Amino acid sequence: MAHFDENARPFSHKWLNERLAIDTLKRVLSTEYWIPKNINFLWAMGMVLAATFGLLLISGIFLLMYYQPNTQLAFDSVNYTIMSEVGYGWLWRHIHGVGASVVFLIIYIHMFTGIYYGSYKKGRELIWLSGMLLFVLFSAEAFSGYMLPWGQMSYWAGMVITNLFSGGSLHANGLVEWIRGDYVPGQAFLNRFFMLHVLLVPLAIIGVIVLHFGTLRIPHVNNQDGEEIDFEEAAELYKAGKVKESKVIPFNPVFLSKDVFVMGVYFILFFYLVFYHFEFAMDPVNFDPADPLKTPTHIYPEWYFLWSYEVLRPFPTDPGLVAFGFAQVIFFLLPFLDRSPNVAPASRRGAFKFWFWALLIDMIVLTFMGKLPPEGIWSTIGLIAALTFIGLWIALPIITAKEKKL
Amino acid sequence: MKELKILGIVTVFTLILYWGVEPFAHSQMHKHVEGDDFKYADLPALKVKGNAQNGQALAAACVGCHSIKTQGMAAPMDAVTSAQTYGVNPPDLSNIGALLDEKFLAHFLLDPAKVTKSKHFAMPPSAGSEQDAADIVAYFKSIAPKDVSPKEAYVTACGRCHANRYDHWTQIGDVPKTKSNIKTGVDLDALEFKKKVGIYQNKLADYMGKLPPDLSIIIRARSEKFLETFIEDPQSQLPGTAMPRVGLTKEGYEKVKAYLEKTGDPSKPLREETGPKVLLFFVIFTFLAFLWKKSMWKGHH
Ligand code: HEC
Ligand code: HEC
Ligand code: HEM
Repeated sequence: MAHFDENARPFSHKWLNERLAIDTLKRVLSTEYWIPKNINFLWAMGMVLAATFGLLLISGIFLLMYYQPNTQLAFDSVNYTIMSEVGYGWLWRHIHGVGASVVFLIIYIHMFTGIYYGSYKKGRELIWLSGMLLFVLFSAEAFSGYMLPWGQMSYWAGMVITNLFSGGSLHANGLVEWIRGDYVPGQAFLNRFFMLHVLLVPLAIIGVIVLHFGTLRIPHVNNQDGEEIDFEEAAELYKAGKVKESKVIPFNPVFLSKDVFVMGVYFILFFYLVFYHFEFAMDPVNFDPADPLKTPTHIYPEWYFLWSYEVLRPFPTDPGLVAFGFAQVIFFLLPFLDRSPNVAPASRRGAFKFWFWALLIDMIVLTFMGKLPPEGIWSTIGLIAALTFIGLWIALPIITAKEKKL
Repeated sequence: MKELKILGIVTVFTLILYWGVEPFAHSQMHKHVEGDDFKYADLPALKVKGNAQNGQALAAACVGCHSIKTQGMAAPMDAVTSAQTYGVNPPDLSNIGALLDEKFLAHFLLDPAKVTKSKHFAMPPSAGSEQDAADIVAYFKSIAPKDVSPKEAYVTACGRCHANRYDHWTQIGDVPKTKSNIKTGVDLDALEFKKKVGIYQNKLADYMGKLPPDLSIIIRARSEKFLETFIEDPQSQLPGTAMPRVGLTKEGYEKVKAYLEKTGDPSKPLREETGPKVLLFFVIFTFLAFLWKKSMWKGHH
């Protein structure tokens, strides 16, 4: 039986401590959550992501107060009511639109940081897997959100992407109709994507963010040299006042102060985009209302899906779908495909260094080609880049198995 | 410093990515059209000078179909009846002298279908000679108001074909304020008006082959370059389209654009006002965060 002091003033420190163990919580989660000193601003990207998710959540709640999930009303509820009748509605919408685009840029930076420094290995596999789960959930969140304004791109991207579930020559049209709730995207379709976007997926995201943070607690974050740190020993040194000699710093307040500084720089860029350069995040085609009778000349997904779209497109239907499925799951397998024992920056890992840069450049090429019309030279480059993508992943276990132990 | 080098690499890759999916992709996806700055170079310069007084007499013929409201001349038919006759309501001519290009207008009066580049144009040739045409143009210039509002420009040049629901504009005029019956909630006047718009739109769609789109938010659905070159010459962007070349001057186009901006992107002034304040806030925030970081990391290296 726990001991409760009857004389403790309600909500006083003692009173709370006896009920919530706030001192222990604070210690475990922040003041004695140790971070290696030897890290750069790329390690602030996780907190930048959390902050961006916060912005998306808040702006989304404001949009939700006026949005109408109805095929007849949705377009004008967004483009007229929110953009011109609601005070600062345009600001919330631009924050939400820019946030949705920029969050993927930061996710990719965060992922490639992890790949570069080998932060998915030796006890950090679950960090990587929960991170990939977040990537998938964010993709679902972005796609479902894109349906909501019910513009031309909403409608036609919804059509094209749900069509993928017919499985090519499997002709699983029943499945496609089940997903849509209709033969073509319509009211049932809009309603369910609305539900996914504002309830189920955000709920799952919040849960998985907690899981992602949880998976970090025991292995701790990696560092610039992949050095294996004895956190207990280093922490003792720090607590003994030898902050200069210790290899670690507490998350709160020392690392946090750097996180907040990086976030400040990021917010300047973010709000510059919100006020002066939001068009890149809001496709013009989606400002034409959905018209089932008029297929847009070019249908393409938002930029962050382009690389995986381009792994699908250059192939005939069936192999294309297989390649697409491959692209969706392969990043999950990274911790198991990389067979080298080394946790070190790619620059010190021989062939892996070239693999890393080749993957990054190949994905950028895929992204470019995914938007261009699939004609002539573009489709040839797209095909080569897609084959390179698959080839790189097949090569990964081979080159990493040969890697010398550092 | 290492962190700056990393920042440089991240920035370079981000910019390359942006360049590829935005400017580069769009330059490849959209046909490149050179505008001619509303000069209508395909039409030869007029060889004669117009006389407004002669023009006034000739313009009497125009009122057989059009109105010239500022001169107290009403249209012979209402908008719906006109549409039933011609497929579209001929616009009021009061301010065409201020909005349309002089050279364009003169050639237009001689051969409307050819000059507007539409396969058929419901208005017959309405000037007997280049001199007559020049006289009529001179007359309309002489009665042109000094100041035309953006909405008036839109109504004259586009309003007979394109609704703008965000500004409550229909092809037959502004949606009137009506009252519904308190006991039943039925608003007969509104229904009446809706019916008229419906009849008009059906006729218009028959005439044009399709209903011209509502332009409420077109300013965000098309690039500035597209709108400019398209309005200057619709055929340049959509070959074979039924939309006529309307012959706006550069200033006339700017007015129409201002109207489209007002209905489709009304937050622009507020954005420009709020933006600097928000950015200043975050600059200060970042500076304070920097000082905090400096003090926290003191003695750590
Ligand atoms: C006589 C009728 C008529 C007039 C006047 C007219 N338009 Fe159009 N407009 C049309 C029709 C018809 C279309 C549909 C064209 C198509 O899809 O081929 C159209 C289409 C458009 C489009 C969409 C083009 C696209 O990319 O789909 C824009 C923008 C436009 N008009 C702007 C204007 C503006 C601005 C004005 C006034 C300066 C104007 N129009 C005057 C008939 C008209
Ligand atoms: C037989 C009826 C008729 C007569 C007479 C007539 N018009 Fe028209 N006019 C029309 C119709 C109908 C339209 C709209 C056609 C369309 O938009 O397709 C029109 C359109 C116009 C336009 C708009 C063109 C543009 O660029 O958007 C102008 C300007 C114009 N008329 C001037 C005149 C003048 C000036 C006269 C007299 C010299 C005249 N019209 C006589 C029927 C007539
Ligand atoms: C989208 C929401 C995400 C949030 C809010 C988030 C948050 C965080 C945070 C706060 C950290 C610790 C600080 C840091 O190292 O940056 C972290 C680390 C990490 N995250 Fe994420 N993350 C997200 C997505 C992802 C994704 C998509 C992946 C990749 C699949 C991923 C993989 C990792 C890895 C490997 C680490 C450990 C880095 C290291 O040990 O050095 N995360 N994340």
